[in-house]
Amino acid sequence: MTEKNPNTNLTRELANGAPKKSTQSATFPAQFKSLDEVREFTARQAEACGFEPDEIYAVKMAVDEGFTNIVEHAYGGECQEEIECSCQTNDEGLTITLIDCGQPFNPLEVPEPDLESDLDDRMIGGLGLFFIRQLMDEVSFNFVPKSEGEGECNVLTMKKRKKRTD
Amino acid sequence: MEITTTQYKSCDLVKASGRVDSNTAPDMDKAFEEIINAGRHKIILNMSDVEFISSAGLRVLISTQKECKKLNRGELVLSAVPERVYTALDLAGFVPLFKITDNDTDAVGLF
Repeated sequence: MTEKNPNTNLTRELANGAPKKSTQSATFPAQFKSLDEVREFTARQAEACGFEPDEIYAVKMAVDEGFTNIVEHAYGGECQEEIECSCQTNDEGLTITLIDCGQPFNPLEVPEPDLESDLDDRMIGGLGLFFIRQLMDEVSFNFVPKSEGEGECNVLTMKKRKKRTD
Repeated sequence: MEITTTQYKSCDLVKASGRVDSNTAPDMDKAFEEIINAGRHKIILNMSDVEFISSAGLRVLISTQKECKKLNRGELVLSAVPERVYTALDLAGFVPLFKITDNDTDAVGLF
């Protein structure tokens, strides 16, 4: 994992009453063995943002499913390419973006699984995305131009809002 | 993820611990496959120490259940399912597809 802002300690900033808006980014190899680190990276941001343990677990599940989808579909399997994970936190909550420059792949076009069907004909392919939609408050997808060279990168954005306490 | 299997007279007990994701689910699949390939189809999966499971892990449970239930030769029973794993099973609509017991003794009693 390569963290872009290794010296920023979000928890300390919050404790000192510093601005509550913060963005942390890291890149991970497009391999399933990265999943532990990706989940922990986002869990740290969610925790610093003040989410409850159940919500942090939901964030971990969502990012796991998003990352897995990118490896499987945008990159067609594990490879040496990278996936960038950005976490933006503010008073409203946490916004996670996963950026890859693999094949154009819009996960939101994956059909939803049929959760009512019998075991024999159950379609479970779209289950990961179904989880993301259930666990996060907002999910969107768009393309951005590559920073170097021609072509576009896939951007998956997932937002988790903090529960209002008032 | 750690996985151990114990063979009993009436069934096989598999215990998974740790995180079951796209990286580790194939190992769990392999453990089930070895039991099934040995002609045994009554399997208990003890999940008490599973901290995390993704759709990749759930997919293995479903495909194993399909394989075990074929020709009424057995089934996969889930034992000691932690709350968060249960929530994932429930979210996926998989709860009705498995017998879920509080502990291994109760699971063995089903075979």
